[in-house]
Amino acid sequence: MAAKSDLPQGTLDLLILKVIALGPVHGYAIAQRLQQVSRDVVQVPQGSLYPALHRLENRGLLTADWKQTDTGREAKFYRLTRKGRAQLETEAVSWERLTEAVGLILKMSEGGVQ
Amino acid sequence: MNWWQRLWRRKQMDQQLEKELLYHLEQHASELISLGHSPAEAWRQARLALGGPEQVRENCRDARGTRWLHDFAQDIHFALRMLGKNPGFAVVALLTLALGVGATTVMFTVVNGVLLKPLPFPQSDKLVAVHGHTQTWNAAIYGQQNVAYLDFLDCQRDARTLDIAGALFNGATLSEPAQPEYVDLREISSNLFSVLRVNLPQGRAFLPEEDRSGAAPVMILGYSFWQRHFAGSPEALGTSVVLDQKRYTVVGIAPANFSLFGAEADVYTPLGQDGANYLQNRGTHPTTVVARLRPGVALSSAQAELALIGNHLAQTYKDTNAGRTFLVAPLRPEVGDVPSTLWLLLGAVSLVLLIACANVASLLLARAVSRQRELSMRAALGASRGRLVRQCLTESAVLGLSGGALGVLLAYAGIAPFVAFWPGDLPRAQEVHLDGRVMLFAVFISLLSGFLFGLAPALRAPARGLEQALRAGSRTTTGTARRLHSVFVISEIALALVLLVAAAVLGRTLLRVSSLDPGLNLRNVLISRMALSPAVLADTGKIRSAWQDVIERVRRVPGVQAVAVVDTVPMREGNNQIGYWPSAGVPAANQQPTALATSVTPDYLNVMGIVLRQGRFFSDRDHIGSQPVIVVDDVLAQSAFPGQVPIGKLLWMPQMGYGPFMVVGVVGHVRHWGLAADDQAQVRAQFYYPFSQLPETYLRRWSELMSVAVRTNVEPRSLFQSLRQEVRGEANDQVLYNPHTMEQLAQGSLARQRFLVLLFSIFAGLALLLSCVGIYGVLAYLINQRVPEIGVRMALGASPANVIWLVLRQSLGMIVAGVVLGICAGLGAEHLMRHLVDGMQPTGPSPYLITVSLLIATALSASFVPARRASRVDPMAVLRQD
Repeated sequence: MAAKSDLPQGTLDLLILKVIALGPVHGYAIAQRLQQVSRDVVQVPQGSLYPALHRLENRGLLTADWKQTDTGREAKFYRLTRKGRAQLETEAVSWERLTEAVGLILKMSEGGVQ
Repeated sequence: MNWWQRLWRRKQMDQQLEKELLYHLEQHASELISLGHSPAEAWRQARLALGGPEQVRENCRDARGTRWLHDFAQDIHFALRMLGKNPGFAVVALLTLALGVGATTVMFTVVNGVLLKPLPFPQSDKLVAVHGHTQTWNAAIYGQQNVAYLDFLDCQRDARTLDIAGALFNGATLSEPAQPEYVDLREISSNLFSVLRVNLPQGRAFLPEEDRSGAAPVMILGYSFWQRHFAGSPEALGTSVVLDQKRYTVVGIAPANFSLFGAEADVYTPLGQDGANYLQNRGTHPTTVVARLRPGVALSSAQAELALIGNHLAQTYKDTNAGRTFLVAPLRPEVGDVPSTLWLLLGAVSLVLLIACANVASLLLARAVSRQRELSMRAALGASRGRLVRQCLTESAVLGLSGGALGVLLAYAGIAPFVAFWPGDLPRAQEVHLDGRVMLFAVFISLLSGFLFGLAPALRAPARGLEQALRAGSRTTTGTARRLHSVFVISEIALALVLLVAAAVLGRTLLRVSSLDPGLNLRNVLISRMALSPAVLADTGKIRSAWQDVIERVRRVPGVQAVAVVDTVPMREGNNQIGYWPSAGVPAANQQPTALATSVTPDYLNVMGIVLRQGRFFSDRDHIGSQPVIVVDDVLAQSAFPGQVPIGKLLWMPQMGYGPFMVVGVVGHVRHWGLAADDQAQVRAQFYYPFSQLPETYLRRWSELMSVAVRTNVEPRSLFQSLRQEVRGEANDQVLYNPHTMEQLAQGSLARQRFLVLLFSIFAGLALLLSCVGIYGVLAYLINQRVPEIGVRMALGASPANVIWLVLRQSLGMIVAGVVLGICAGLGAEHLMRHLVDGMQPTGPSPYLITVSLLIATALSASFVPARRASRVDPMAVLRQD
């Protein structure tokens, strides 16, 4: 098993929002999808997933309903609120700007900025 | 969902969380099973992946953001449990607090009702009083001037900034529907109720057309009068009432407790219907004037406008209004000299409350020290210091608020007795009750005291040296704790001493002033107000003979030794201050020295038992047309004619309207202002002048003020009914009313002092008791902490006497420190009281000696019990412990 990176501080919320943005989804599915999509590179501690979900729900970015799953069980499905969608957009933009900037710095040649 | 819902639906949310996590585990496990793991292994891995279930749950709960509220609820629950576990402590602490908060709340309720509340009229901040003003008037002595009736009418008509109303204080004899009775009458302008924005509960106010002479006589009844004479029946409206032989129709009832300046009036009549001559004279100023600022008008513009009107009047009516103008001032409730007493008492109860706080603080601190291990344990298990401090403060806030709630109950029960117990009538007593502001005050002081006494223990919450604290036995006290305890005991003693000294100084003052010579013989003298028949008053020529008739009739009543008629009576409300000058070149009124003038009939000296020092008193030979004579007292003789024989000298008194007056006698000084207040009164000098020389023009006015004074050889009050019968007159319309014995008046003049002595003694006793409980508690606790040390000392050969001395020395140190502080504060308090209490004089050391020895004796005996217990420690048992 390849060494897994820890998530940078504050990115878990962004990832959760992004996953939920694709459609109503329950907690376990979020954990799974994060793991699959990141091709096991990113280690999402399941223990911090639920507190994060509750925090986002508390801040009004998510809302949740209890619904039947395909297997007929009841599960708590999370959806983005309008506020959550806006938050996702601004955070995604700032993330891209950040990574771009970090990438630029990393591509610097030894001699300094060209 | 808001946080309230989140808080209340906590259980449901926990269940949902549980379900959510379980679903996650099931899903994960079933996936692992499908990958070929055994069910047990699958569950194990799933659980492992999710992490410690309790921690996840806690984190989720934290994420909800209502954590602090849960903690708070938990703290309160815990605090209540701690109190319940320690009922002795809880009872002592709660009672102490309840007493402190209760007493303070009662006093604040009274202060609030009497001093702080605005007048009970809508938008009372827009109400103003209008006074007359001249440069030569000394308002400090005489009070503010009223306004001439015609001047009032001019202001009312011309003012654009103010709606102006007037009232006249008067009295009249009522002869129908009840027995003849002298009633308190207010003559009012028709707009008074509308200016005050007061609605009548029954009937209507006066109409403008009723407010002029010749209109149909109408009357409004005072609420209490209505209750008394008509049993509150609405049928009173439209009935007729005969007042001074004039028949009035009742058109309205004033609201309950309606009073403007002083007591509630019995009846109201339209001011404009009064045809009295003096109302048409701009030189007399009888009208009390109130006004309401019109919307958007500032006080200063109203003042400017009235000054302008005053100026105009001064030019138009030079002989009466020259130099006269008007002052506009915010209308304030009249409370007399009550504020100083109230503030003094509020100060005293605050000291009691402080002692109560110090007491509970030391109790709490003792408990905090013995709970050190519990707190350290909590800290070791992960509680943060802030969390522990919060817990301690919550505990003391719970204690403070429950004590405060009990205190408010006490106050609720205590206010009515306190007001009833107040000497004389407490002004604005009807305003004194628990209201929002008082409740806010009570909550505030409860929380404040909770915070005060909770702070010290809370700050002791362990921060460092956890391990040490856990390892140490429960019976070690750190130096800071001991010092803090000493601070509490010392401040309690100092505060208690202040109250004790105050009580002692007041008591001494009371003793001193009650033994003072009043200047007259108080025994067996009855004083009653007297209203002559209205028919007589209407005819000035009959007045003198009517009074002569009254005197003769009274003299015939068995048991009467001597009788006199007099206008102002010593130690009763009312005085007549007159400026005098020993030569004809009399300066302006505010430069003249003043003396108290009393108009009397010849037997007055015998009735009152006043000493004649030189010359003679009055006789039947002093009458209108003969040389105007006066008799002066020692004080006036001294100040007007120092070092000379006053007999035969002349005094000029322009205000009297005649004179100059020849001094024919000197009598002893009478304490007119009361036993206590007379020494500090501004005007002490007195003179007497014969009623028989009073000019005709004053005769009617004076006759409305006169009292009958009787010396008896039986119990004076037993004569009142027969006197009343005897002077009723042919038409059965002469009334003798308001009887007092001179002894009652003298006692009444000390009522305030007696009241203060009593209350301060109660406070001081309470303070002494509380501080003894405090000293006992602290010492018992400290000794308990020192048992191992004492055991070792005794094992090493210390005798029980040594141990007792060891303990007493510790408490003596605190007591002495407290006493020294207390004496300093007591001196300050005594100084302050000299300004606030009549008759206080420097008392010297004796009150201090008495109270300090009392305090030391009580405090030492409180410390003796724990000291003796310490001396009985069994050294072997102690050494085997731990």
